[in-house]
Amino acid sequence: MRYPLLLLALALLVVLLFLLSLLVGPAALGLGESLRALVTGQGEAVVLVMREIRLPRAILGLAVGAVLGISGAAMQGFLRNPLAEPGLVGVSSSAALGAVIALQTGLAASFTLALPLSALAGAAISVLLILGLAGPRGGALALILAGVAISALAAAGVALILNLSPNPFAAMEIVFWMMGSLADRSMTHVALALPFLLAGSALLLTLGRGLDALTLGEDAAEALGVRLGRVRLLLILGTALSVGAAVAVAGTVGFVGLVVPHILRPLVGARPSRLLPASALGGAAMLLAADVAVRVIAPDRDLKLGVLTAIVGSPFFLHLIWRMRRMEA
Amino acid sequence: MSLLALENLTVRRGDCPVVDHVTFTVSPGEVLGLIGPNGAGKTSLLRAAMGLLPSAGRSSLAGLAPRVRARAAAFLPQAREIAWPVDVETLVMLGRVPHAGRRVTAADREAVTRALDRMGLAGYRQRIATALSGGEQARVLIARTLAQEAPLLLADEPVAGLDPESQIRTMQVFQSLAAEGRAVVASIHDLGLAARHCTRLLLIARGRLVADGPPGVVLTAANLAEVFGVRAYYADTPDGPVFQPLGVTR
Repeated sequence: MRYPLLLLALALLVVLLFLLSLLVGPAALGLGESLRALVTGQGEAVVLVMREIRLPRAILGLAVGAVLGISGAAMQGFLRNPLAEPGLVGVSSSAALGAVIALQTGLAASFTLALPLSALAGAAISVLLILGLAGPRGGALALILAGVAISALAAAGVALILNLSPNPFAAMEIVFWMMGSLADRSMTHVALALPFLLAGSALLLTLGRGLDALTLGEDAAEALGVRLGRVRLLLILGTALSVGAAVAVAGTVGFVGLVVPHILRPLVGARPSRLLPASALGGAAMLLAADVAVRVIAPDRDLKLGVLTAIVGSPFFLHLIWRMRRMEA
Repeated sequence: MSLLALENLTVRRGDCPVVDHVTFTVSPGEVLGLIGPNGAGKTSLLRAAMGLLPSAGRSSLAGLAPRVRARAAAFLPQAREIAWPVDVETLVMLGRVPHAGRRVTAADREAVTRALDRMGLAGYRQRIATALSGGEQARVLIARTLAQEAPLLLADEPVAGLDPESQIRTMQVFQSLAAEGRAVVASIHDLGLAARHCTRLLLIARGRLVADGPPGVVLTAANLAEVFGVRAYYADTPDGPVFQPLGVTR
């Protein structure tokens, strides 16, 4: 079977990149020295760097990348559209609005978790809105339209806050936060986000069979015994939990959720159920690699993760489209 | 024992009934052709019978739990959707979703093989479904409903767009299903094909059931003029009934 091999290869890649993420940073530490410090806790400064700075960063890189990949794959599967991405239901932009409100009001400076909690609240509100707007039944179209409307509303809210911000430094901080980054995150961030990231991914992973059946369209899937309303509810909740938490701790990191399922689809025979776990691993690998790259490319300039994923991701995506077009011609 | 029983099934779009108090039952061994002009309500009738459309009245399928219903009846929608470039075997295997546990069993594989053989698709297993021609895709999707191995098949325009050989073969597959004690309800626009291969026709006009019976009883000159606005040649020949529309009457 090729599929288990693919998962194994991706898992190995994730492990390698996770280790690399632990080893790359401004503090010049030896390979043996740093890993020993991480495991044994011997050597004060090194332990501090490894356990308080690099470990949370690597864990978040892995987990955030994984949820972006899996939610992208689930969203594309449900909407049967390769252009769908996790942000489509408005969760990312609403979480961003929550974070921006925290930054603007100064709440973010009052205690560590104020910003991520505020972002999670934004994501939760967007879920309630989307469930209200799209109704208890109904298919993909209502969901897309509700998501677009909510995204636009949240983006307008962010723009309004930037527009009226009396303090250019606060506006600057907001702009930089929205570019997405994993720098300077602590274990507190990990502890806050990880339960949501795990719970959301677990919900999304249950959708495989339903998404497979949806390959035949909504009527056929329902006639095959799939409860579409339930699939949609789980999709929205799973995306909100995982992507909401991802945005809360990492800001908005685009493109991973769109590109990763797209790259892996041909390798899993295009089956939505197989794409879910593969995209989780692929997303983790891509985000870990990008987060290592921002540290290597510009060690002293604080290059933002979201900027890099977009700059590298878009040309790569264009290349894929180019190749697809040539294959069809 | 009937496989499907509809009682005063009614579907409203706004105030206007698109399916209007339709009552009939389907027994094992029947190939039932659902005929009627465009917009008569054939698709709505089939979807409501499956419970995919809110309706008044009763359908014996609509009340069942989704998994139970999927084992009682397979449904082929009119829209032939294949969203992803999966191979034919994977697509046909989706018909096993209502039966499947976590893993694909030998029984699942056998059902898929039988379905592919029946539709003459044995050599297509590894082909990518979305790269096939429209008619081939239609046959693959019919094979998917066959792999479901439900006692009843509801098919919305299963033979539209197929070449003559595939049309006849598909109707013969339906007849063989009926001979095994199952039943098929298929909406169909080709009245000649319907006359030759269906055991019974249901004529629908403006949501109402206008005629119900063997082809010779339903395809009368009066019904054809009234419902379809056509006149036709109809004869019982040694080769079976022959039906050919000749011209319009209005």
